[in-house]
Amino acid sequence: MTPRPKFAAAARPALADTALRRALADTAADARARRAAAVAELPDWPALRAAGRAVKDRTLLNLDACLERLERAVVDAGGTVHWAENAAQAARTVVRLAAAAGAGEVAAPAASVLEEIGLDGALTAAGIAVHRTGADAEFPAGARVAVTGVDLMVAETGTMVALERAGDVRRCLTVPDALITVAGLEQVVPDRADLEVLLQSVSRSAGERLAPVVSAWTGVVAGDGPAAFHLVLVDNGRTRALADEVGRAALRCVGCDACLHVCPVYERTGPEPYGAPHAGPIGAIRTPQLRGVASAANASLPFASTLCGACADVCPVEIDIPEVLVRLRGKVVDARRGRPVPTPELAMMRAAAWTLTDPHRYEAALRGGTRWARLLARGGRIRRLPGRLGVWTDARDLPVPPARSFRVWWRDRGERP
Amino acid sequence: MRVALFVACFNDALFPGTGRAVVRLLERLGHEVAFPSAQTCCGQMHWTTGYHAEAAGLARGFAAAFAGHDAIVTPSASCAATVRRDHARILRAAGERDVPPAPPVHELTEFLVDVLGVTDVGASFPHRVAYHPTCHSARALGAGDRPLRLLRAVRGLELAEIPAADECCGFGGTFALKNADVSVALVADKVRHIRSAAPDVVCAVDNSCLAHIGGALSRQRSGVRVLHLAEILAGDGA
Ligand code: SF4
Repeated sequence: MTPRPKFAAAARPALADTALRRALADTAADARARRAAAVAELPDWPALRAAGRAVKDRTLLNLDACLERLERAVVDAGGTVHWAENAAQAARTVVRLAAAAGAGEVAAPAASVLEEIGLDGALTAAGIAVHRTGADAEFPAGARVAVTGVDLMVAETGTMVALERAGDVRRCLTVPDALITVAGLEQVVPDRADLEVLLQSVSRSAGERLAPVVSAWTGVVAGDGPAAFHLVLVDNGRTRALADEVGRAALRCVGCDACLHVCPVYERTGPEPYGAPHAGPIGAIRTPQLRGVASAANASLPFASTLCGACADVCPVEIDIPEVLVRLRGKVVDARRGRPVPTPELAMMRAAAWTLTDPHRYEAALRGGTRWARLLARGGRIRRLPGRLGVWTDARDLPVPPARSFRVWWRDRGERP
Repeated sequence: MRVALFVACFNDALFPGTGRAVVRLLERLGHEVAFPSAQTCCGQMHWTTGYHAEAAGLARGFAAAFAGHDAIVTPSASCAATVRRDHARILRAAGERDVPPAPPVHELTEFLVDVLGVTDVGASFPHRVAYHPTCHSARALGAGDRPLRLLRAVRGLELAEIPAADECCGFGGTFALKNADVSVALVADKVRHIRSAAPDVVCAVDNSCLAHIGGALSRQRSGVRVLHLAEILAGDGA
């Protein structure tokens, strides 16, 4: 298998896809308008954002206790809880549970956590057919086992809550044999009052008053619905992210997708170049957090942003996405510092910092750089830069630096009367 | 008032006219301008590209260069945001505890409207002008309508409105090189919107974004010029 390309390379086919570009622009415009209208109806959206953030911060601060409470409530309601440290373990658990229920096929509506753990591949390898129900696939009539994601879990009651547009998860709730729900650790909230807050903010943020289909399920009910309920709680890098003072903010994410629809980069590339399972600004954070930055593709994700800040402005739980991206960029760079031969960029950045930390060196470099750049000028502009800087002048001119810098002008001007 | 100018390295080299315009404007309004000569760069590029240890050295240098100045003005919104919002983060990330408050840097339009309380600076500029709210001015600093209030008070100036004005131009520092294709896709749309408003001049409070937008306008031989807002406000019709 060839490794996934870096974001810049992966974005090229999308940028050249006329129909995709138009569809993305239309979707984004529509989502932005719906969100703006839904939010404008509220008397105090900023207060709701602050409340949503507070709920998540409080939860993450006591995540262990909150998850234990959730486990007790799920068990009391007749369910079983399974803990998975990583994606592979989570997938194995689901396969084992499905096989134990005697399933030759499972219904599994699309969910990012299922993609995250690579469930389809694991089930198929075990000879279990996956029905990816959703927009264009019917719910399989004979399915006896279903695997779902979830949006929020209430620790107090052990209740799972899914917010949907179409109701694919809802149809899974009546399978006879086993319902297996997979969730990230961070999707828990302490109690029903917290759920109320996030239901509002997620719905509004997604451009609705309330999500069209809200489903809730708790454990096992005798004589109704599935005979067994399993909850698979996935860590897969979340505990590590939680230990990072800045990066942990990303665990507040409630998956409303508002940041995707305001992102100028996502609007032009769509989800593909981000790789699965998360796309857009939050994907550029979560994928490196969950999978690390060892691969060139994952290491390129935190750089796939202009840091324009549109995402942070809309996020219903106030995640400062640009700040987290910048921190992740630092991690990517730090991971490369140890290389025996410095990357050209590291050498350049070090030299620049050495020059800029001394006014005399700075001024000498300013003089030299200006002279060099002025030699490149043709017809009052710079139309071609050499080397790696050439990607700028592929499509953009550069102004010619004037012979006299500001500081030299200031000095020449002398003392004012 | 004695005002210290932080010109920003980018302007120092590529757009000295912007620095001269700030000096001319502030002096015309009756203030004394100082230029602390130890100033170099705020460290923005190092910080946003992930070179955090190097950025810390520059943040410390900045604080030293501007020590003792209590009114600092810069014609770069992104540098103002870097100092005000990021310097403390940079120093904490470098392991410093008890980080002192960053020097009080104002972006030029904030300084004019909020500190000096002026919107009519006595400028004249008889052209059709579009204002591009850069991401750092609009979002990071919350400049709001201050730049527009200043522009509306300029004699002879006709404002042109850019559609989808608040969308990023795609510059993003090293993003413009690392993700050049996406960056160009963004600036292509920005320039299309600008040209639909048919201005003579596009102005903003970040010359870095203007170099990006202007670079695309120039490549297209559009005839539309870019100019820092300060250079419009410094104009007295001469
Ligand atoms: S990060 Fe994006 S998807 Fe997550 S809550 Fe914020 S806006 Fe919604």
